[in-house]
Amino acid sequence: MYDNQWREWRPYASPDDPCPPVPVKRYIVPPNQYIYFQPSNLPQFSLDEALCKGTLWPALYSPYTSRCNRKGG
Amino acid sequence: MWVYEKKLQYPVKVGKCDIRMARYLSEQYGGADGELSAALRYLNQRYSIPDKVIGLLTDIGTEEFAHLEMIATMIYKLTKDASVEQLEAAGLGPNYAVRDHAMFYENAGGVPWTATYIQAKGDPLADLYEDIAAEEKARATYQWLIDMTDDVDIQDSLKFLREREIIHSLRFREAVEIIKADREQKKVY
Repeated sequence: MYDNQWREWRPYASPDDPCPPVPVKRYIVPPNQYIYFQPSNLPQFSLDEALCKGTLWPALYSPYTSRCNRKGG
Repeated sequence: MWVYEKKLQYPVKVGKCDIRMARYLSEQYGGADGELSAALRYLNQRYSIPDKVIGLLTDIGTEEFAHLEMIATMIYKLTKDASVEQLEAAGLGPNYAVRDHAMFYENAGGVPWTATYIQAKGDPLADLYEDIAAEEKARATYQWLIDMTDDVDIQDSLKFLREREIIHSLRFREAVEIIKADREQKKVY
């Protein structure tokens, strides 16, 4: 549902690169960037959910998943 | 004045004895784009900014201290029971040599906090754009910190803090719009 916050670009990879190239680089653009001035009466999360997520408004919510690959916990 | 509530803004749980992470979290404690810089930046700028946005700087500056307290709690929990050997293995040997288990305002590389991390230009737009940039940089730092740990409990608290940066960024951009719109209002003399 929130995957549309990610952007991708493809850096140049040389045949002589010393390490295996990462073909696609990604960055996130949170939804606040598209809001000029927050309108009134936007839909809200429940209070419990809002306290957990850090915002009252789904329109401003930006989830982020760790890119940590290490195993264990 | 402030009223102190003896609880954290959001619960901080550390699920794993990963002392290495304490050092990296220092970036948000005493780093250029960390919570201390943010709090001091906003609470100082508010005196010379148009009165319509003073309250915003006070509110956000205050919340940054609540975030600082959360970061401090994470670092404390990670290091309080660590042996000298464990601290050294995690790259915190120099910190122990200086101050035992005490924390200090340093970045992840051990560089002490400096007031040159923050600015007050006295121009409302210049100051607010600095604040917007600071929020985006803090958000990015939280992303990299989330990437560096597989402790889902720390990740959870860091994700909350990251979302707050997103909200603050929007609020500062709204403040820019308020500053810009002032001229359009009818002035009665």
